[in-house]
Amino acid sequence: MTAIATETVPVRLYQAHSRPLWRRILITRESAIIALLAIVIVVALIAVPNFDSPLTVTYLLRDIAPILLIALPMTLIIITEEIDLSVASIVGLSSVITGILTQAGLPFPLAALLAILVGTVAGAFNGFLVTVVGLPSLAVTIGTLALFRGIAVGLLGTTAITDFPEEWTDLAKANIPGTPIPMIIVPFVVLAIVFAILLHFTPFGRSLYAIGLNKEAAHFSGIDVGRTKFVMFVMSGAVSGFAGVYFTLLYSNARGDNAMGMELQVIAAVLLGGVSIFGGRGALHGVIAGVLLIGTLGSALRLAGVTSDIINVITGVLLILSVVSASLLAWLHTRQTAAIGKRRGKRVAERAAAGNPTR
Amino acid sequence: MFGMKRTRRAGVATALALGVALVAAGCAGGGSGSPSDGGDGGDAGGDVSIVMLPKNLGNPYFDTSTGGAEEAVAEIGGTFEEVGPSEASPTSQVQYIQTAAQQGAGGLIVSANDPSAICDALDEARSAGVKVVTFDSDTNPECRDLFINQATSEGIAKIQVDLIAEQIGGAGQIAILSASANATNQNAWIELMEEELAASHPDIELVEVAYGDDDDQTSFDKTAALLQTYPELKGIVSPTTVGIAAAARYLSTSEYKGTVALTGLGTPNQMREYVEDGTVTAFALWNPADLGYLAAFATAALINGDITGAEGDTFEAGKLGSYEVGADGTVLLGDPYVFDAENIGDFDF
Repeated sequence: MTAIATETVPVRLYQAHSRPLWRRILITRESAIIALLAIVIVVALIAVPNFDSPLTVTYLLRDIAPILLIALPMTLIIITEEIDLSVASIVGLSSVITGILTQAGLPFPLAALLAILVGTVAGAFNGFLVTVVGLPSLAVTIGTLALFRGIAVGLLGTTAITDFPEEWTDLAKANIPGTPIPMIIVPFVVLAIVFAILLHFTPFGRSLYAIGLNKEAAHFSGIDVGRTKFVMFVMSGAVSGFAGVYFTLLYSNARGDNAMGMELQVIAAVLLGGVSIFGGRGALHGVIAGVLLIGTLGSALRLAGVTSDIINVITGVLLILSVVSASLLAWLHTRQTAAIGKRRGKRVAERAAAGNPTR
Repeated sequence: MFGMKRTRRAGVATALALGVALVAAGCAGGGSGSPSDGGDGGDAGGDVSIVMLPKNLGNPYFDTSTGGAEEAVAEIGGTFEEVGPSEASPTSQVQYIQTAAQQGAGGLIVSANDPSAICDALDEARSAGVKVVTFDSDTNPECRDLFINQATSEGIAKIQVDLIAEQIGGAGQIAILSASANATNQNAWIELMEEELAASHPDIELVEVAYGDDDDQTSFDKTAALLQTYPELKGIVSPTTVGIAAAARYLSTSEYKGTVALTGLGTPNQMREYVEDGTVTAFALWNPADLGYLAAFATAALINGDITGAEGDTFEAGKLGSYEVGADGTVLLGDPYVFDAENIGDFDF
């Protein structure tokens, strides 16, 4: 079974009989989340005073930029049925390293590069424990969440470094000339394109889905599962390190407790965007919409004077609903499959069990 | 995975459309937003809209100051809103500062979680026309228009010396139970207290400065140690809310209750039972309700253009009377407030 065969002929046959076009478009999780985002934006534009200000776009994108960035590698990791809970601690560590090195008199770009390098090494450490030692990523990154945060807080104590070169802090806050869109979106868009190509258009990307669906099958079809996962944790560390440098500049503030709890926001947005926590399913455009949805909702609710506790409750309910709806869709899908007939159903089941090894 | 290609196409199309919509919304906002911002700015002259941003929400101390500010805004005749994060971190305050700027608020009253981390956000808010007043916890002076200072170090030192001198009859041994040995504000107060004792109360002898590290148990143990080491001890001054409460807890169940005096800086809710059972006669802190009340009047004066925040500017603050802006854009609330059996029932923080 080649990749082309799975993508076109059998799939089309199966779909043509099972799901009408409107259903295929409306009932994917990505489309649903994008539609929800559009609804939230429209409702906020109509109902929330001052939401239509250019400042809204600027502040919104600036604040969620670290989450947008980290969500990219996190999507890949969760698709392989792993998780990285240490990302926010890497942001904090990278922020502290940026601060300490800048204070020590290093030129800022060098300090930033070293901070990203520290993030990369931290990610490699996670990858080493997961792939070489063979520990579950949940346990490993709960550990390194505490470890990296501990190092960050230990290095700087409860103090903050707030003196950074103005040309760099200004750059972090600057907009693309003539637009209300912050400059940080440029590296994000570049990274997003790279990750989208990697995930959706390369054998490497297909191997991630295969690992997430069935890592034994993936292994026997010739995918180096360990190396693939290692690479992803390294990418996660590097991107988190970069997000740490950005966070530091945006708030002119290097603190050990920076971005505390952000890992949960990132993971919530990734799951909301349609990535299955059980691996093997998800797409980047859904994740980007998921991050934008959480950010837009928060921004609109704050403007409407809703308190942060209520915003957390609403975000939580939304997340649960999205997970429930995913289960509901899966159930509907199974029922439809059963109705199509035993023969075809059996073929589908076989294909699912084999984990689409070539994809 | 089935039908991925098609859904991908649909998804990409929707994402693109959405991206365009978002940019369009931003640009449309850019076109129509500026004149309306100008309009809001014009309104600010007559209509006072004040946003209050404490360090965090759900904190009784800040609830009390917010109550004071709300009362003031009601007297002034404006709109008032309290916003804030649930945890006291500077980066989570930034979002609320941004929101106030987006809303075109006339003034923002903020207790800073970090003196410099919220500066850039405050600068942006100020360039959007928001007057910024700090209270309780200041930022760097260049980041705000005014700071409403609850009390000076001199005032805090003097009230504590006055209280202990009164409670022990002006003569005898006293000790200080501080927080940690390197706490900047504590050490400044202790130094000023020593000067005040030397100048005004030569018969009072300060025998030891003990450190409870702002930890309840350590402070409790240090209190016990002080009383054993100095049998003649007449009084303890604890210029920290953790220390004074722990010392009061020790004294209230010991033989020294009512014979060894205790005073310092405490909050009414922590000290209420010890005032009621006679362990403590009087202690000091500022009145956070008055602090919020004064901050709101100062903000309104800035919004209405009555003052600019320059040294020597004066404004009226309702029931509190007239105030003058001091050096570095600071307005002093006044002497610390003394809590005793008479008034402690009026406070809940």
